Amino acid sequence: MIRTPLRPLARILRAREAGENPDAIEAENRAQRHAVIQEKARDSARSRLFFMSCAFALAFCTVGFKMGVLASSQPSEPRVQTTGAQIISQRADITDRQGRVLATNLLTQSLYAHPQQMVDPDRAASELVRVFPDLDIERLRKDFTGKRSFVWIKKKISPEQMQAVHDIGEPGLLFGPREMRLYPNGNIAAHILGGATFGKEGVASAEVVGVAGVEKAFDHWLRDPANDGAPLTLSLDLTVQAAMEEVLSNGMKVMNAKGATGILMEVKTGEIVAMASLPDFDPNDRPRPLLKGDPSDSPLFNRAVQGQYELGSTFKIFPVAQAIDLKLVSPTTMINAKAPMKIGKYLINEFRGHNYGTLSVTDIIVKSSNVGTVRVAQLLGAERQRDFLEKLGFFEPTPIEMSEAPTGKPLVPKRWPAVTSATVAFGHGLAASPLHLASAYATVANGGKRVVPTLIHGRNQRGGEQVLSPEAAHIAVQMLRQVVVRGSGRSANVEGYEVAGKTGTADKPRPSGGYYGNKVVSTFASVFPASDPQYVLVLSLDEPSTKGPGGESRTAGATSAPVAAEVIRRVAPLLGLRPTTETKLPMVERPLPDRLKLVSN
Amino acid sequence: MRSILYLLTTLAVMGLAFWAYRENYRTQAAIEEMSSIQRQIGRLREDLGVLRAEWAFLNRPERLRQLVDLNFDRLKLVPFGSDQFVDVGQIAFPTATPQTSAPGENPPVERPAGYPPRRPQESTP
Repeated sequence: MIRTPLRPLARILRAREAGENPDAIEAENRAQRHAVIQEKARDSARSRLFFMSCAFALAFCTVGFKMGVLASSQPSEPRVQTTGAQIISQRADITDRQGRVLATNLLTQSLYAHPQQMVDPDRAASELVRVFPDLDIERLRKDFTGKRSFVWIKKKISPEQMQAVHDIGEPGLLFGPREMRLYPNGNIAAHILGGATFGKEGVASAEVVGVAGVEKAFDHWLRDPANDGAPLTLSLDLTVQAAMEEVLSNGMKVMNAKGATGILMEVKTGEIVAMASLPDFDPNDRPRPLLKGDPSDSPLFNRAVQGQYELGSTFKIFPVAQAIDLKLVSPTTMINAKAPMKIGKYLINEFRGHNYGTLSVTDIIVKSSNVGTVRVAQLLGAERQRDFLEKLGFFEPTPIEMSEAPTGKPLVPKRWPAVTSATVAFGHGLAASPLHLASAYATVANGGKRVVPTLIHGRNQRGGEQVLSPEAAHIAVQMLRQVVVRGSGRSANVEGYEVAGKTGTADKPRPSGGYYGNKVVSTFASVFPASDPQYVLVLSLDEPSTKGPGGESRTAGATSAPVAAEVIRRVAPLLGLRPTTETKLPMVERPLPDRLKLVSN
Repeated sequence: MRSILYLLTTLAVMGLAFWAYRENYRTQAAIEEMSSIQRQIGRLREDLGVLRAEWAFLNRPERLRQLVDLNFDRLKLVPFGSDQFVDVGQIAFPTATPQTSAPGENPPVERPAGYPPRRPQESTP
């Protein structure tokens, strides 16, 4: 571009000659130059504005178009992100420790009716009653012919029944899918599993809700989709549980007992391998709870967890173990156990009016001397005895993962005078569940480390609190072994398994106060094998009696102990425990093909 | 020169449009297939659940016990006892079977256990 000078020399000279003001030329040129600059600036601003408006228009068009598309299209789930994890049943399975199914879901159908769509309501009602004999025909007729537009008929029906209803050919009878809870093993582990029922119900589906036991305690966990359908693995072993229930029910029949309960627990972890309470029920068809009378008469009552029994002489090991721990006595210390013993106005007697005189501490346990135990407890004092029982967990409900656990709160005396201290020492005056006893025995067998019962397999538990020194715990287990070798528990001696245990026969308290003369709860609490305790078995029979050579007997040594022995005999091999044998079986050498021995030691 | 550039650009745009069209339909087909497979998985899982329930029901201890009782004369199964724990080294070796084949006949063929399977014509005379 050629720049025009502000004062072109030719024009200025010419203007000077004409006598004009040359500044006017400069002003004119300056004005021209400014006009050009302005024009250029306006152009560029205009084009900038044009591009800006284009961009805005494009952006608004895009947004508007997208909004239009969204408004006019059908909504749909983003399908690409979905994975297979969502296709799982709504409630997780429950399995035993080896993955065998204890509870699972099964798809069934429910039956409902739309009476307004019915062609022939009368015929439908009579045909339905033919398929389901338990329905009330009058009621159905009234429902079908009345003003109702929706009637539930059956919650769960089998495929055969569904076909039969299809064959009625009534358009007003409709089916809705239902996931129902199935317990394939029937009565086995009924109390632990509990049962399930339908919660909120719709036509297309229904919520399955646990009503008792593990099903209720883990209701949220079982329904949590975040678990990806992982089953709940219980610590139970189905085989062991089935064997124990079989032996227990036979034992209950033989001993004429009203009820029975058995708990088998791993010592190291507190995992419950089998827990049974008889009589039991079928969780697929859970009976209704009793509305009146004693709840413990209902088969729903879990004696192992909810029962509160005075567990009798099985308690004797606790004051003795504590006294040994505190170095107040040793197993050979002689204690005056002369009966009867007087505390305040109460007399403490031995079983069947025995009088043992002076006994060693071991013999107090072996002969189950009430007076001797009371003497040991007196050495401890009420305060320490109470603290120890509290540390063993006898004052709180067990923390087991069942909805019934909080109801099994032990009945503990409020005050602790000398006579209570004495009776608690031999297991009267403090009522706890057999599960409490099992975890306390497990604590003793676990070298004095507190064991907390659990139903979940492989749950990492923190190491328990040391409530008893390992030495005292070891001595206590050896004393229990002596009971089985030469004391009241001789009938529980199973060859090869070194059973160590204590019998306990406690009179049942009357509801009106005092004790029954002829009704007892007999308990056998045991640990095996004594040299390296692995399992604790607590077996309790309610009101047993057996006819032996010496007449009728109700003692635990004659009732619970033999049943416990049978349980151990059946169950220990299933648990993979090898018996300790005195004579080793010979090792067979491989025969040489040419029957020549080259070297022999 | 410029027209060739325009032609190439147009061809490229058409090619890309065709590619996008095909990709779109392939994606939709894949999504369709996936959802049908998921439905299938759902159905199979349902069936699997039923089969597992059936397996558990058929293997319930009560039924097995009844079957064992029913077939006692054939199977002679009794509960597992503590006397059945034995180490491998404590099991006796089978006694050597004496040679029964007369000279001249084919001697029995030595073979590792179970393989190849014994044919009937070898064991029947």
